[in-house]
Amino acid sequence: MTTGTTLARDNAPTNSIIALFRSNIRQYSMLIALIAIMVFFQIVTDGTLMKPVNLTNLILQNSYIVIMAIGMLLVIVAGQIDLSVGSVAAFVGAVAAVLMVEYKVNFILVIIASLALGGLIGAAQGYWIAYQRIPSFIATLAGMLVFRGLTLAMLQGQSVGPFPTGFQKLSSGFLPDVFGSETLHVTSLIIGVVVSLVIVYLDWNGRRNQVKYGFEVSPFGLFLAKNILVMAVIIYMSYLMASYKGLPNVLVVLFILIVAYAFFTNQTVSGRRIYALGGNAKAAALSGVNTKKLTFLTFVNMGMLAALGGLIIAARLNVATPKAGTGIELDVIAAAFIGGASATGGIGTVIGAVVGALVMGVMNNGMSIVGIGIDWQQAIKGLVLLLAVWFDVRSRMKS
Amino acid sequence: MSNVILEMRNITKTFPGVKALDNVNFSVQQGEIHALVGENGAGKSTLMKVLSGIYPHGTYSGDIYFQGEQCQFRDINQSEKMGIVIIHQELALIPFLSIAENIFLGNEQAERGIINWNKTISKTQALMQKVGLHESPNTLITDLGVGKQQLVEITKALSKEVKLLILDEPTASLNETDSEALLELLLQFKQQGMTSILISHKLNEVKKVADSITILRDGATIETLDSRKDAVTEDRIIRGMVGRDLTHRYPPREAKIGDVIFEVKDWQVYHPIHAERKVINDVNIYVRQGEVVGIAGLMGSGRTELAMSVFGRAYGKQISGTVWKHGQKIDTSSVHKAIANGLAYATEDRKNFGLVLIQPIKNNVTLANLEAVSERGMVINKPKEMVVAKDYRTSLSIKSSSILQETVNLSGGNQQKVVLSKWLFSNPDILILDEPTRGIDVGAKFEIYTIINRLAEEGKGIIVISSELPEILGVCDRIYVMNEGRIVGEMPTEEASQEKIMACIMQQAAEVTAA
Repeated sequence: MTTGTTLARDNAPTNSIIALFRSNIRQYSMLIALIAIMVFFQIVTDGTLMKPVNLTNLILQNSYIVIMAIGMLLVIVAGQIDLSVGSVAAFVGAVAAVLMVEYKVNFILVIIASLALGGLIGAAQGYWIAYQRIPSFIATLAGMLVFRGLTLAMLQGQSVGPFPTGFQKLSSGFLPDVFGSETLHVTSLIIGVVVSLVIVYLDWNGRRNQVKYGFEVSPFGLFLAKNILVMAVIIYMSYLMASYKGLPNVLVVLFILIVAYAFFTNQTVSGRRIYALGGNAKAAALSGVNTKKLTFLTFVNMGMLAALGGLIIAARLNVATPKAGTGIELDVIAAAFIGGASATGGIGTVIGAVVGALVMGVMNNGMSIVGIGIDWQQAIKGLVLLLAVWFDVRSRMKS
Repeated sequence: MSNVILEMRNITKTFPGVKALDNVNFSVQQGEIHALVGENGAGKSTLMKVLSGIYPHGTYSGDIYFQGEQCQFRDINQSEKMGIVIIHQELALIPFLSIAENIFLGNEQAERGIINWNKTISKTQALMQKVGLHESPNTLITDLGVGKQQLVEITKALSKEVKLLILDEPTASLNETDSEALLELLLQFKQQGMTSILISHKLNEVKKVADSITILRDGATIETLDSRKDAVTEDRIIRGMVGRDLTHRYPPREAKIGDVIFEVKDWQVYHPIHAERKVINDVNIYVRQGEVVGIAGLMGSGRTELAMSVFGRAYGKQISGTVWKHGQKIDTSSVHKAIANGLAYATEDRKNFGLVLIQPIKNNVTLANLEAVSERGMVINKPKEMVVAKDYRTSLSIKSSSILQETVNLSGGNQQKVVLSKWLFSNPDILILDEPTRGIDVGAKFEIYTIINRLAEEGKGIIVISSELPEILGVCDRIYVMNEGRIVGEMPTEEASQEKIMACIMQQAAEVTAA
């Protein structure tokens, strides 16, 4: 029957807007959902959601979730899971705190050491998973208990802080404004405009390349509309933030990570191999992919990003606590799944995971402003996760 | 036309935009073995899914009469209640449950939800007697070979008081002895009055057991042949299937054989789990440039294990021996190194080992040689990748909507072509093809053989592993015979015959028993 179906597809009108929308609905559905959720809360909070102060807060609150969701996305695409990220983040935060506060180590050295420590922890867990064939669910469940316990031991049940101002800037600092305007952070606005132009240029360049090789591309009108929309959104967002304190440092870190990992997953040989590994590990191995090493490295990467998340959490609270990051592994995993990753591996995108994290973040923030208690917030978030994945599974069955 | 047990009239089934079945008429008489043949995609499986209620009443048009009664099945449970049981090509047994548990799965011998194990076991034993399966009912499925697993499936069908047994490619993964036994069993059932429908690509089997043969092509019934009236030849069936005479089932081959390109010397391999068991014992083989070498042997004789252990030690432990190319020793200790040294191995199990099914054709084609479409071996040049994939799609005529189509949606023959594309793109000097035409139809087989010839003409060395002896004889220049992990015979194809190959295997088996 397969040949029959393909024939039918060949005859389908590939150029119509509806067909194009249908084929991309999976890709854009969560983005549309995110926008819908934002509009919804913008209305019910009487415009508080998009106020410059709140928007900035939203980013600061969710930055570490986004960062860890990127790592988790790779882990999930590789067909694994990591339950230990919350504990690892807390442990690394605790170690960093003790180094800075009790041993007075320079904070830049501490940041480097912490990232290395995270990588080492990831390597330890990755070793059990990749080379000793312990299922990742179990190995990282063990890690979750181990590192939470070590955090408690390290801090002896106390909170350790405060930190040097340089370290705090990691989470609460803003880009300096070279123009020194009173009302508007001009540098931030300029960066926003430049970034949006670069994005449009890259998209245009990609399209031109496709045309050059004689591939079908989306209609020019749609291409134009999409890019105008993207530009408008980026410039508007940076304008909003420029009218408060400008772009937070952490947003810059976030942006660099998103671009780097989106590029890694889309364009590099190693990235492609992770998808093949998650899609069919045996076939990948028989095609010359070193599946063990790749799985191992995926966990090393996750460990480093969890460490970065832990540093940002600590810097934001200006104190390391034994309870830091409790339960965030679930938010991080949920973000990846809401963003369209498949629980069986091989499917998912970095941008999807980021959008998923933002969906969770906007809901948290919006519900808090409206005054919904933490109890109901949990329940509602759970249902949103279920609905999002249900929608994804259904659209996948149809296609 | 006295005793018609099943009559399907004017069955039409459409999927969005395509007619999978177009006014199909199909009738089966009481007590016969009725073969259903046709190329992949001809509509055999769809017809059987309509019959068993997997496609429920209302999703197709036409009528089904079973034992004179009109049937409108809403699901598979209803058709099973009537005594229509399908055994699918891919066995549906739970590996870590016992034989008894599997047989009565969904049909538990229970009172108020509590299973009566004594009853279950005794019934299982009685049923196993009937099919000649001599195992403990408590044996786990995972401990049985494929042949016995197939028998468990049949036992399961018997437990449901089957009146019409449908077997979809039952011998596709069985070796000759097990296939033989299975066909005998079918004949035995027939004598007891059971009716069966046999879907098969193996025309010699069809010819052997079928009383009537219905041929489907492009979703329509072409004809029904009655082999009780007059003898039906394989060529006659093929003509019906492809709509033309396929005078040459194998493309003509003019071998231009050069020097030895590839050698495996003193190869020994132990089982990965049962460490004391030697799976490959002192194997020495060579391949010359432009030569197609066949490895014949029964399933389980160690052919796949030999190939996979040579290809980057993907199978086995404590491997010893050396691999040579152009007279120089090469390192094949990992798959990556084996590929880099010009080896390619196209697996016998394309769904589990060959393809990333959720990924498009394009990604699968380039997977083994991504560096070649990348800048400095790091960043993929996507347009270049697409051009490569398009070239293979055209040159191997992979039927698909585009190179972006997911491979899970392709037919078996086209999936096989994607696997071949992947290995052609890795630009090997030696290709090992393990069961390259398993489960694919006559037309696609011919195309695969043509590709093999073309590669040989380019001066590559090719090893073909196959369970189908006519195929080995049809495409190879020289044949190794393998049994129990050893090479037990070697002969040029001109001197070979099916009998001679089987004799090699039997002779060695006899020696082993004598010793």
